Amino acid sequence: MNISPYISVFNGETVKLENVPVLDFEEFRETLLSLNGKNGRLSSLFGMPVEYNMTRIFAIIAKDRLGNLCILSTEVGDSYKSLTPDCPQAHWFEREIAEQWGIVPEGHPWLKPIRFHKPYSEDRDAWKRKEDEEILPCVTDYYKVDGEEIHEVAVGPVHAGIIEPGHFRFQCHGETVFNLEISLGYQHRGIERKLVGAPDGKTIHYMETAAGDTSIGHATAYCEALESLAKCNVPLRAQAIRGILLELERLANHAGDLGALAGDVAYLPTSSFCGRIRGDYLNITALICGNRFGRNVIRPGGVMFDIDNEMKAEILKRLDAAFKDTENAVDLLWDNPSVQGRFEECGKLSRELCTKIGTVGPAARACGVEQDVRFDLPSGIFRFAQISVSTYHTGDVFSRAFVRMMEIRNSVKFIREQLANLPEGKIMEPCGKASADSLTVTLAEGWRGEICHTAITDSKGHFEHYKIVDPSFHNWFALANVLKNEQIYNFPLCNKSFNLSYCGHDL
Amino acid sequence: MLNEIRARIKQGYRTAPFPSKEMKLPERYLGVPIIEKKKCGESDCRNCVKSCPLSCISKTDKGITIDLGICIFCGDCARACPSGGITFSRHYAMSVNNRADLKLSGKTLKLAKALEDKSKAIFGHSLKLREVSAGGCNACEADTNVLNTLAWDLGRFGIQFVASPRHADGLFITGAVPQNMLLALKKTYDAIPEPKLVIVAGACAISGGIFKDHPEVNNGADNILPVDLYIPGCPPHPATILDGLLRLLGRIEL
Repeated sequence: MNISPYISVFNGETVKLENVPVLDFEEFRETLLSLNGKNGRLSSLFGMPVEYNMTRIFAIIAKDRLGNLCILSTEVGDSYKSLTPDCPQAHWFEREIAEQWGIVPEGHPWLKPIRFHKPYSEDRDAWKRKEDEEILPCVTDYYKVDGEEIHEVAVGPVHAGIIEPGHFRFQCHGETVFNLEISLGYQHRGIERKLVGAPDGKTIHYMETAAGDTSIGHATAYCEALESLAKCNVPLRAQAIRGILLELERLANHAGDLGALAGDVAYLPTSSFCGRIRGDYLNITALICGNRFGRNVIRPGGVMFDIDNEMKAEILKRLDAAFKDTENAVDLLWDNPSVQGRFEECGKLSRELCTKIGTVGPAARACGVEQDVRFDLPSGIFRFAQISVSTYHTGDVFSRAFVRMMEIRNSVKFIREQLANLPEGKIMEPCGKASADSLTVTLAEGWRGEICHTAITDSKGHFEHYKIVDPSFHNWFALANVLKNEQIYNFPLCNKSFNLSYCGHDL
Repeated sequence: MLNEIRARIKQGYRTAPFPSKEMKLPERYLGVPIIEKKKCGESDCRNCVKSCPLSCISKTDKGITIDLGICIFCGDCARACPSGGITFSRHYAMSVNNRADLKLSGKTLKLAKALEDKSKAIFGHSLKLREVSAGGCNACEADTNVLNTLAWDLGRFGIQFVASPRHADGLFITGAVPQNMLLALKKTYDAIPEPKLVIVAGACAISGGIFKDHPEVNNGADNILPVDLYIPGCPPHPATILDGLLRLLGRIEL
């Protein structure tokens, strides 16, 4: 009899933990590499402590074309043979596992901490640091270029604008960047550790603030995980409202970022218009739930607020006005040669590298990669109402901006359709207790890209482990890569074209 | 150039008449809570206390107290109360000068007062702030940033967010202050010349908010630096932030 070395599930399907195969490491490694090679992407890779001082490593591989997820696992002790040399998508995950559980991935090309905290395992440290040794953020080795006229530029943690903290280390020759290394961890608030033993009253609030500009994305992924574990059937009307809110979140952020991109090339008309238009979209969200960021609306079992006919009309009216203004403001960008001169050919990411390092979201679609959870692995309302995937092929700042504008059009179309056909019925179905000893993986397409949540329950139905992967976790490395041989003054522009989350990464 | 002018005409003049006209916030917006002692029914009912995910409500013989320095305005308490003892108003003005003033036990808050004359003379017409996000989730940051857009046009009040702490009159802090940001926050504070102000915005920066008592954070900036203005919310509405700043400068009274 041939037993499959992995289990295949749909987005949001619950399986019994005992049905997830535990392979010996070599088989795990080979299976992972072969799945990864055949149009599979590493969505998540994490460790969970088990008995005998061992750690169980789970890998979640998304098969976009087939529309399913492959789950496999293995158990490791102090070290294992690193996956990164053969699967670069694993490199950041392996650093995370090393930092959290003190396990050394032998042969990892650049094994450094990613968040700078003490290991969660009591007696293991991947870098053999002593227990009382202070761990200072971003105090670590950096890739260094030596030579005549080479200089190093260090930026952050505190940046010039009203943005989150992170550290950027550039190796430059004149204005040309030879290498950029990004080091984060300043925003580490310890969310994942507090999720062990959950769900409790605070859990949903952790989700809504994991990345505060993606409250709806993360809350949706979490609720879908819990609902699947509790076998709760969410009313269709609630699913539609969640979809509308998710697209409003995308609209606000995409519009705001297009304005900020204009600001970074000193093109003030679009910058000022879009700054305001972003608020118009946020205010539509606030109309539905009272909060501009969609807090306190998505809850396990459904949504807290309904949309009546009067509100529907008001949303449509405001949406039409905001969209008209968006098109008007953004069209200026495409028509202006000096803007295009800065956008085109700037911060190029090749399709090949994009797939190799596992970039997700609009950044991947801007390299011509057709990949969108709403289309490939849909959940909720997206199973019934699909959104077309917006791609463009040039991989530069222009492409990332252009893809976002296409997504704005599609999101507006989607919201209009949903409002016109809002299903009748309830908006909330009581969500019971999560089933015991189970595992579920949920994906949602947040505005930055794929959000992946994995929940594993213990014998009482509490979370034994909960893993959050924000799209930024995949994409920070892509940003670092596009700066190679780029001019240093283009950094803000490239950075904004990705606009990644610091706290979503640091958790 | 003609395209830009045409667009400008289409987009119109969009700056909100703040604070001259009262802002109308959405019906479902949760502003300052109202505690009505008379309506709070049985003395052993503790539904609101139990419902609060952050344990920021307490009940004694004297009545209910909500700590707005921790509150994230989720509205669970109002839903849990069987007798309408707690409701949420749509009042967005809720910034105060002292941490203790955020402990609300009645219908009104003791809102922030203007700086004393000498400070007001220095900062009143030109206030430059250095923002530090220390563990903020980007919601407080985004709704602070929005004040710079033409919808709010912060510059008309003489307030500006600047890049260098050396050019700043004060520090504007968001986030629960993770251990990993503590040193950077202190260094930024030290780099601002005297006299200087400290403003904390959002539940995280005031008390740690949702992340209160996590070993990874410092429960906000209140224990670390001398705070002049507390702006509650999760995140505070832009109107709440701007109202707080203008009260501090004596541009809004009452």
